[in-house]
Formats: sequence, C-alpha cells, structure tokens
Amino acid sequence: MSFGQVLLLMFTAILVENFIFSKFYGCCPFLGVSDKPDTALGMGLAVTFVMTLSGAVTWAVYHFLLAPLHLEYLKTVAFILVIAALVQFIEMFLKRFIPALYSALGIYLPLITTNCAVLSAALLAIQNDLPFVGAVAFGFASALGFTLAIVVFAGVRGRLEFSDPPRAFRGFPITLIAAGLLAMAFAGFAGVRL
Amino acid sequence: MTASAILIPAAILAGLGVFFGILLAIAAKVFAVKVDERVPKVRECLPGANCGGCGYSGCDALAAAIVKGEAPCSACTVGGNAVAKQIGDIMGVAVAKKQRMRAQVMCSGGDLAIKKYIYEGAPDCIAAAKLGGGDKLCPYGCIGLGTCAATCPFGAISIVNGVAAVDYRKCEGCGACVAACPKKIIKLIPFESAHWVGCMSKDKGASVVKECRAGCIGCKQCERVCEAGAITVTDGLASIDYAKCVDCGKCVEKCPRHIIWSAKRQEGGGLVITHTGVK
Repeated sequence: MSFGQVLLLMFTAILVENFIFSKFYGCCPFLGVSDKPDTALGMGLAVTFVMTLSGAVTWAVYHFLLAPLHLEYLKTVAFILVIAALVQFIEMFLKRFIPALYSALGIYLPLITTNCAVLSAALLAIQNDLPFVGAVAFGFASALGFTLAIVVFAGVRGRLEFSDPPRAFRGFPITLIAAGLLAMAFAGFAGVRL
Repeated sequence: MTASAILIPAAILAGLGVFFGILLAIAAKVFAVKVDERVPKVRECLPGANCGGCGYSGCDALAAAIVKGEAPCSACTVGGNAVAKQIGDIMGVAVAKKQRMRAQVMCSGGDLAIKKYIYEGAPDCIAAAKLGGGDKLCPYGCIGLGTCAATCPFGAISIVNGVAAVDYRKCEGCGACVAACPKKIIKLIPFESAHWVGCMSKDKGASVVKECRAGCIGCKQCERVCEAGAITVTDGLASIDYAKCVDCGKCVEKCPRHIIWSAKRQEGGGLVITHTGVK
C-alpha cells in the first residue's frame, strides 16, 4: 500500500464516508456527549486512541489466529472480546503510567468499550482486505472523522441552547433535526469520488 | 457436520477469553496504583451532590484534596460541622466548629425597580447582563432571570416578584449561586442571623430614588437607631456586621425604604420576599 493510497483511504474515511454522518455508527456517544465542545473533544480523543489500537490488534488476531484456522465467521464475537479486553488494559496502563491522559479521558474510556463505531472500524478493515498499515490508518482516520463530527455538533448544540424553537421541538427533537441537517451537509462529500 | 466443527471454535473463543482474562489479571497487579485508603472513606462522608461549592470539581476531587492536605477538613460547606467532624476523625485532626451559612439575595428591587429597556433575549442573567448590565436602571439590582435558580443544586431558589428568593430551609450554603450571579448580589450570611440589608446600590440617594422604589438611599437612620453599633453606612449603603448584630429588629422598623429585612417578615409573607409596605 503506497503512501498516496493511505492518504486517500484516510481522506475518504474522514469526510466522504464519515462514520456518523454517512454510516450512522456511534450515534449514541455522538448524541450523548456532545453537550459541550470540551467533553466532545475528550470523547473524540478517547475514541481515536482506542480505534487506532484496536485496528492494529484486531488485524493481528484475524490474520494470525482466525484466518489460519478458517474461523473467519467468528470475527465479530472475537473482536468484541478483543476490544473490551484492550480497553480495560489501556485503562490500567494509562492510570499507572500517564495519569494526566487518564484523567483527561476520564469516564469516556470505559464508555467506548462497546461502541459500535470501534467494532465496525475493525470489521470494515477486514472486509475491505486492508493490509496492516491500511487497517491502522483506517481506524485512526475513522476516529478523526468521528471527532470532527462530534466537536462540530457540540458547537451547533451550544447555539441551540440559546435558540427559541417551538415548544414541541425543544430539547432532543431539535437536536436530532440539527444532526440530520449536518448529515445532509456531509452528504455533499459523497459526490467526491477519488 | 462433526462435533469438532463446533467444539474447536468454542474452545478457541473460550481460550481467547481466558487468555485475555489472565492478561488483565496480571496487568491489574503489575499496573496497580496505590490509592490512599482514606480517600474513599472521606468520599463516603461527603454529601455527594457534586455542587462545586468547595471550589473543587466535585466530591471525588475534594476527597483527594483533603487527604493530600490541600483542603481543610471543613472545606465542604454543605456537609457542615457533622461532615467536618467525621472527616476530621478519619484524618486524625480536630476540626474547629464552623458557622453554618446561608445564601441571601441582597436586592429588594425586582418589579419595583425601574426598567430602562425591554429585554427579550435568552432567559439567562449572564446574557442579559452583557446588554448594558441588564434591563434595570439600577446597575446593582437583581436581573431576575434565574441563573442562580438554575445553578442551585438543592432547588432552593425561585424568582418571586422579579427578585431571586432563597428558601433557607433548603439552602445548604454551598455558595454555587454566589459564584453564578453576574451582578454579585448574593452573599453568604450566618444561618441564624435574622436581618439583612436587601440592597447593594452604592449610588447616591437622589439617583437611587429614580432607579428603584426599594433602594437604600444611605439616610443613616438605621445606623443611628442600632444600639449594638452593628450597622454602618458606607458609600451610601447600609451594611450589617453580623458579629455585632443582636437581632433586635429596630432597624427594620426604622428603615424608610423598607429594605432591611428580617426572617420574621419574610416568614409572614409565606417565606418569600413580599414588597408590602413599600410605597
């Protein structure tokens, strides 16, 4: 995989096939922790961290354990197990060696153990037959796309708080509508075929 | 289909699970972080409202700070003396008794204050204060949009007749509203003290009369009538020294603007600030 191909893959994962706005993965944390830009950024960082690492580890598990034994169909279950264990391990590691990062990521790190975006990034990398570098880059870029989406949306929600929508739309309904509008804006990137 | 077609994948998955389990167990031992055992104990004593009144981000942060010695045992204003004593027992230090405080909004204006414009923006005092200091002519008065009420973790504040009123039965004296008020007109006063001056205006008497039908004009009648010498008028505003005040209530009767309040008068009005008596 050449450097140009990796860049192309990352660009596609961030904008054209944004995890939230075009694939609708990870909508739960997207709506749950996008109240404030700084908590949104914390969540984005935690997801980036886990997705990149899980991209590498799941690739290794698939190609060195499942594929030689012809157990490819087990990948979904196996990946859930791997990701959950990995997050636990990362949490312990950070708490011991990088407490500053641990307290910055805070509650978000254990929260994303069962995030479908993390799982789907690992599964899609296998499905698209990406090499190791590609799988890691894909995980990293998908998470960057997630971070971009959640931080941008946190900004939108900051404005929503001081807006005056009709009573029936107040709170969650107007948030969902705003998310839909943002997804439509991102649909503009779908025209970019590289 | 043979049994092995099921058993082998099951064994692999189980093996993977056991492998990761053992790895995590080892990691937990290797990477174990020593936590001072007093931290969770102190944390348990704290009320757990995470109000932030102590200046820390929450009860967990305060517990860590107390054990580290960065915060005093009595740092939790909500828990008061009972909690301070419990924490003192854990930490092995004697704790001096701390006075219980309650929040009091030092304004009697509200609907009695003259408005300079009609505010139709976001229902939030901080937003309104950015527009020429709020919609009241008086630059010191309560804006009355309830930012303090929204901040109060105990639901003790409500807006009555355009002024924030604190229900002292619910107030824990955490001070969250004091920090939230953009006009800085909420003060913590001793819980037992029955009297307070319901005005913060340092303007001259003549302009106060133009701005508000309930403002301190600095006439010094309260200062003269106070036998304990607890009231002083500085910069055209009366203030009570709670160390000297004996709660005789003579200033309440004397004040021509009816802005010195007593808890009794507040109780009589159904615990909320009423503006009866102000012409």
